[in-house]
This record gives sequence, C-alpha cells and structure tokens, in this order.
Amino acid sequence: MAQTTAPPPPPSPTQAPATRLTYDFVTRAIAQTLGHPGKGYFALLGSAVTLLAIGIICLLFLLRYGLGLAGYSHPVYWAVYITCFVFWVGIAHSGTLISAILFLFRSGWRTAIYRTAEAMTVFAVMTAALFPLIHIGRQWYFYWTLPYPNERGLWPNFKSPLIWDEFAIGTYFTVSTVFLIMGLIPDIAAVRDVVTGWRRRLYSLTALGWRGTNEQWRHYTRGYLYLAALATPLVLSVHSVVSWDFAMAIVPGWHATLFAPYFVAGAIYSGVAMVITLLVPIRKLFHLADIITVHHFENLAKLCLLTGMIVSYSYVTENFVAWFSGNPHERAAFWYRAFGPFWWASWTMNICNGILPWLLWVKRVRTNIVALFVISIFVNIGMWFERFVIIAVSLAGEPFERWSNAGYNPTWADWGIMAGSFGWFFMWFLLFAKNFPAVSISEVKEVLAPPRRGRGRGGAA
Amino acid sequence: MTALNPVAVLKGIFHPPPTPGVLGVFAHLDATVEAIGRLKAGGYQDCTVYSPIPRHELEDALAQRVSPVRMFTLIGGIAGCAIGAWLTLYMSYDWPIVVGGKPVGSVPPYVVIMFEMTILFGALTTILGILFNALFAARRLGTVAWDPRFTNDKFGIFVPCEPKAAAAVEQLLRASGAEEVRRA
Repeated sequence: MAQTTAPPPPPSPTQAPATRLTYDFVTRAIAQTLGHPGKGYFALLGSAVTLLAIGIICLLFLLRYGLGLAGYSHPVYWAVYITCFVFWVGIAHSGTLISAILFLFRSGWRTAIYRTAEAMTVFAVMTAALFPLIHIGRQWYFYWTLPYPNERGLWPNFKSPLIWDEFAIGTYFTVSTVFLIMGLIPDIAAVRDVVTGWRRRLYSLTALGWRGTNEQWRHYTRGYLYLAALATPLVLSVHSVVSWDFAMAIVPGWHATLFAPYFVAGAIYSGVAMVITLLVPIRKLFHLADIITVHHFENLAKLCLLTGMIVSYSYVTENFVAWFSGNPHERAAFWYRAFGPFWWASWTMNICNGILPWLLWVKRVRTNIVALFVISIFVNIGMWFERFVIIAVSLAGEPFERWSNAGYNPTWADWGIMAGSFGWFFMWFLLFAKNFPAVSISEVKEVLAPPRRGRGRGGAA
Repeated sequence: MTALNPVAVLKGIFHPPPTPGVLGVFAHLDATVEAIGRLKAGGYQDCTVYSPIPRHELEDALAQRVSPVRMFTLIGGIAGCAIGAWLTLYMSYDWPIVVGGKPVGSVPPYVVIMFEMTILFGALTTILGILFNALFAARRLGTVAWDPRFTNDKFGIFVPCEPKAAAAVEQLLRASGAEEVRRA
C-alpha cells in the first residue's frame, strides 16, 4: 500500500459550505434522501393523493354527464381545461431552461437544482397532456388526433396549430424524459454503490452498467451536450406553438404577434416560481441545506425577476397596442378584461405578475427563503389567472356577436379537476424525489474543486 | 473447440473471463493525470480510466478522439426533418383539399412539424448513440477490474497486462501516487 499523502482532515463546520463539501459528502448527503423520509413527506404525499382522488371523482362525473358539466356556454368552449393545459406546459419550461440553456451557458449554480427542475418538467408535461384529452368531450376518441387516415382516407390538417401543438408537446415530453433519464444514469450508479438491499438491486438494473470509465464519459458528455443543444430551441418553440393555438385565431385578445415571446417569458416566469415552491420543502424534508443554499434561491429569484419584467412589459404593450390600434373590437376586448364581470381575474393577474415581481429587486427579499416561497405561490396563482384571462375571458367578451353571449362561470367539476391535476403532479414529484436522487450527484461534484495532492480536498473519506 | 459449443459461447458473452491486468486506485486527480502520462510514455495505450465525474484534465491526458455520438445526432436530425417534410406534404397531396385557393402543400406551416421532428429524431438518435457506444459497444466492460468507490470519490486506472509485466506496472502506478494497487 503506497500512501503518498496523509489522510486529509475532516471537513470543519466553521468553513464556508462551498469549501467543506467533499465528493464523499455529496454522495452521502444525496443518497440519504432515499432513506426514510419522515412524517412530513407522507403528510404531503397523502394530501397530493387526496387531491388526485377528488379530481378523479370529478372526471368520472364529467365522463358520465359530458362537457355540459364544465359550464360551457356559447362562445366560451375553451375555459378551465385549456387554461390548466397552458399553465402546466408553462410550468414545464423552466426545467428545460435550467437544465439545458443554463448548461450551455456553463452556469455552475444550476447543478444543485437542475434535477428537481427537470423532473418537474416531465411531470408537468404529463399533467398538461391530460387536459386536451379531458377537454375534447368524447375522451374515448382521443386517438383521432394521431396522424393516421380515417375511414375516408383523410389525414390530419397540418395547417392547424392544434396539430402543431400535438407534435410540439409530444416531442417535448419525449425529449425532456430522455434528458432526465440520461442525467440520472451516473447518479443512480453512484447511489447503487453506497446503498444495500433491494435498492441496490433496483439501482444496479437502472444504472445500465454505468462504471464511470473514460469511454463512457466520452460518449456521455458529448451526447449530453447535443441533447442540451437540441432541447434549447425546443423549449422556445414549444410555448411559441402553444401561443399560436390562440394567436392564429381572430378572437380579439388572442390575435397578437406578441404572443410567442410573451408566452415563453410567462412560462419561464411561472416555472421558476414553481421550482422555488418545490425546492423549499424538498430542501427541508431531505436535509439538503448544505447543497441547495440561499445563493441558489437568489439566482432563481433573479431569473424570476427578469422574466417577470418581460411579462409586465408584455402586459403594458398588449394594452397599449389595443388602444393605439384604434380597432374598436380590440379596445372593447381589453376594456371588458379590465372592467367587465371578470375584473377580479384580470386584477389578480396584474397584481401577482405585474407588481409582485418588483419586490425581487430588493436583495433582502431575494435572500429570504420564506418570502420567496410566498411570492412564488402568488406568482403561480397570477400565472394561472393570466391564462384564464387570455383564454376564457377573451372568449366571454368576444365582441362580434354580443347578442349571443351567455354568462360563463367555472363549475365545481372544473375546480375539482384542476385540484386533481395539482395532486397528480405533486404525487409523481414526491414519489420521484423519494426514490431517485433529486439532486444531481455527479454534477454537484463537478463544480467542487477536485481533490489534488497537497490540498486534500474533494476526496476526503 | 469451446468456440463451437453454444453454451460456452453464451457463457462467454454473459460471463466473460476477466482481463488480466493491474488496477490502481487514486485519491487525487493530478496523481491520476500523472499516472496516465507515465503509462502512455511506457507504451501502455489500452488502459481504462475511472472517475466519478468527467474532467477535462483526464480527457486531455488520454488525448481521446471526439465521440462519434455527434454523427448519430446529425443523421437523426436530418432524417427527422426529412420525415417531417414527407409526412406533411405526402398527407396533404394524398387527399388534396383546396381551401381558399391556397396551395395544397403550403410549406410555412409545415416548417413547425419539420422542426419538431428534427428535434425528436435528433434527440432519440443521440440517446441511441450514447447507449450504443458507451454501454453496448463496451464489450470489455464486464471483464476489467473495477471498484465501487470509483462512482463516489476515487479515481482509478486499469492497465491490461500479462502477469509477468504486472510488477513493472504496479511500480509505475505507485510511483505516480496510487493509494492502492492490486492485480486482477
């Protein structure tokens, strides 16, 4: 046994967290998240499953009695379900931003949070994909949207933004899932080598034989780079395509060239807020305060601030253009939004998205985790109402045929199914965080100083 | 003639015999890099280096070629774009419906489909490229010595060599700063 250096001293608690992290510490800190999670975890999981059960019961009523239960009345046929669809697709976007775009920009701080964000992406797209199926009415005919000819030999209409959307969401779900699984492989291998029992067998299988050889890393890092490079334009395209579901129509309030960048910024804004909402309990439940620090939250808050400012600017532009265009229908639609029967929805959106993010200019707010948690929840409420205002309120206030407008109000079935979607999302997320490393092990190690002779850091036993 | 015995052939695939050689365990990155340099100078080209994370120092020391995964991505992306174009145009002309005197196959809206298919096929072939190159094509992976600490905090080098050359390799690894050396 040739021992060239003395064993390094154990990490001292007085050093700054970034310098006392070692490779071994990171592996064990993240592997312990897979152990017994405590009562708080099961309380959260139980609430999520309860919400999901409520949603399933409402959905069964909807299947039995049809879409009349959703409170639709002419001309409002797109309402809460499409709102939820756009909301959840939007939530998904920040995950890919953090995992792919920040990867290409070489932002070291993303490593501690990107796995959470990426898992959130996959589960949010899974949630979003349910809503078009719920919305179509005869849910058992959902496969009619696939590109195959019907009995008369007709193919789908590729000039329709709804078909673009299907391709965009399908691609997004597939790519974000493989991206998540790809990132997991070295971490599952790291966990495999420190756990025992049935977990060891599970992770031996799912690590796909990963051993960290130079050949494996050579292909893996290159492939990961290309996946990130492909996911970056994808994330920008997906919400643009979602926005064209509306912008390609002529409804005032929908028909705007601003929509693609406006939706992408809003998506990332709500998604970053959701990352904060998820990270705060994850960090607490799994004791990850050493790895996910205030620095990460502050950076997320800055991203939230940036995209929040873009969203605020879009609100101003949208209203200004409606007035400046001189188009009476456009003006009427925006007047209806702000002062019509849905004024409460519009002002919730304006206050939560247009005014609240200004608090993030203050460093004391950005570094206060409780404040960020509260703001993030309000941002998500605001962003849900933004989609509701754009979709349902624009239709309710459609000025072309005012004589035929009936009153519209969301019903208990709508609210129940929406609550169920939150249950569905949080259930998957909590199950994932418990059973797979919710923080990347190898990438957190990458931003640490590697162990070198004479310095003794990184490789401490 | 064991090669003609199907049971022996299958056994050879699933439980291949271990490759003889020497495994060095390193606690430090710079010691690992030094050992790679000495091994290369000593004519040992075929070693396997283990690390918990990818490091450019190791890549540079090994002077590896760029991974062929990029060809998978390129071919997949181009194929996806072509499939997107074929899908939309073929399906439009297969049952032509003229709406408002517009062309049956109008390319601008189809660009969206072509773009999404480029990304989809590019990403899936990238994954196939990684799996094919890193996992399936690594035929020797199960036969070379390995240590579970390599996914945690240790670096490792496996040098395949005949038993009579092992002593020299052991000496070389120790001199470079290996904290543990063993024969496999």
